[in-house]
Amino acid sequence: MTETIARWQSVNQFYGKHHALKDLDVELKAGQVTALLGPNGAGKTTAIKLILGLLTPSKGSVSLFGKSPHRREARVHIGAMLQAGSVPETLTVREHFQVFRSYYPNPLPLESLLQKTQLESCANQRFGRLSGGQKQRVLFGLALAGNPELLFLDEPTVGMDILSRRQFWQSIQALRNQGKTILVTTHYLEEAQAIADRVIVLDKGQLIADMNPHTLRSQFGRKKVAFRCADLRLDQVESHGQILSHEGDRWQLLCDEPESFLRWALAHFNELTELEIQPLTLEDAYLALTENVEEAV
Amino acid sequence: MNLNVYRLESQSEFLKLWRMPSFSLPSILFPVFFYLLFGIAMGGSRAAGSTTIATYLMASYGCFGLLGTCMFGFGASLAIEREQGWLTLKRTTPMPPSSLFVAKTVMAMLFGLIILLLLVACGLLSGAVHLTADQWVRFFAISLFSVFPFSVIGLCLGFSVGGKAAPAIANLIYLPLSFASGLWFPIEMMPGFFKKLAPALPPFHLNQLLLGSFGSGDGKTLQHLLFLLVFTLLGYGLVSVLYRRSQAN
Repeated sequence: MTETIARWQSVNQFYGKHHALKDLDVELKAGQVTALLGPNGAGKTTAIKLILGLLTPSKGSVSLFGKSPHRREARVHIGAMLQAGSVPETLTVREHFQVFRSYYPNPLPLESLLQKTQLESCANQRFGRLSGGQKQRVLFGLALAGNPELLFLDEPTVGMDILSRRQFWQSIQALRNQGKTILVTTHYLEEAQAIADRVIVLDKGQLIADMNPHTLRSQFGRKKVAFRCADLRLDQVESHGQILSHEGDRWQLLCDEPESFLRWALAHFNELTELEIQPLTLEDAYLALTENVEEAV
Repeated sequence: MNLNVYRLESQSEFLKLWRMPSFSLPSILFPVFFYLLFGIAMGGSRAAGSTTIATYLMASYGCFGLLGTCMFGFGASLAIEREQGWLTLKRTTPMPPSSLFVAKTVMAMLFGLIILLLLVACGLLSGAVHLTADQWVRFFAISLFSVFPFSVIGLCLGFSVGGKAAPAIANLIYLPLSFASGLWFPIEMMPGFFKKLAPALPPFHLNQLLLGSFGSGDGKTLQHLLFLLVFTLLGYGLVSVLYRRSQAN
């Protein structure tokens, strides 16, 4: 049995009348990399703020290492990268890292912190003079400073270019290999898919899926069919699959049996062009999932 | 390890603001400039009570400088860091919350010391300031002690207004408060309304304590000290309520 190191227990969160989280029950197991997905406003950041002790749940409880997140003994084991975290600009990377290191009993050595964040060459540069991607890596470094067991990363790759993003996910992979537990929210689903052991999907404050990424994908064993066809009408298509998008003569459908749809479509319409059939990506699965919930409501 | 937190936090708090010319230049140069103009060029060795105008205003502009450091270094910078999420990020770490206040207090005292040393240098070079060793010690001790009551004003500001408005609001409080407390002109020279208002303002009492140490105060040393102690203690109480409230949302 792997140990549970973080837990949301029947958590409900209200902002005034807005019900931001509804009966959230999630446990994070040691060594797991979990991707937390959901549209904007789904409650991802709220869930993270609650487990970090930055918010107190309206109902229910949260715990870190079996303790309240307000306890210092719990905080020495975690590191966090938050959205919209701005750092004083006139201090250097080294100065920022040294201050954060001093908060923890067993911090990472400064040199290895600089190396893990690939900031060796700008250690003596002021934060304000760094590029967007470097700034993001400083925030990552601040999360790693205490050599934490458990990392919370809220949209960590925002503002990074493709190369920085790839390097960032390599660092996450390395941390995973060391047995660290990681919870990450991201919009880059393919990246999450490559690294996550588990995917949790929130929508409108509700947990709507909790599974490994391959299950999530295969549960929707459907194919994405994209094509252009001018004469097709909405009501004719609906019986064949779920419409992902429809703009002018461009269609994207999710079909259980694309073959039967195509047989029908090719028999009835001559001008069916630019046909593509693709397996479902995590993003599609996720879109289908959140749309289904919308229909059900 | 714990002492290291306070040392590093204080050091970086000071460096952070020292490297921000928009903060450090006006904070240090305004009091020195006013002192050179009013205290030395216009006042000099002319008598003010039992001392010279240059000595009298050295105390007042020292007080003015420390108040400024606390309003902007404590107040405005706290409001800005709160708004930017920097303090939120720090709250996820095991940082002892007291290190935040210790660091800002040390920072304000260091800036204060720089201002005081510059004022003293101007005063001594002009030849219009003469104090005994005992008076110098009291001048520096009382001036640096002022960081405690003045930081209360800064902290209340920092926890209650947004980051964008903070510098403007700090100025709106700082300048009238300095004027009404008699830091620019001796309170005796001001209209009756200000004479009645001044005893309600902490910088007035601090300035009187300083002047008292030169033998030119109003002689009510104990009253001034008591006012400042009560103000500081009540202020810290209010600040801790504001701090907890800011953590709750």
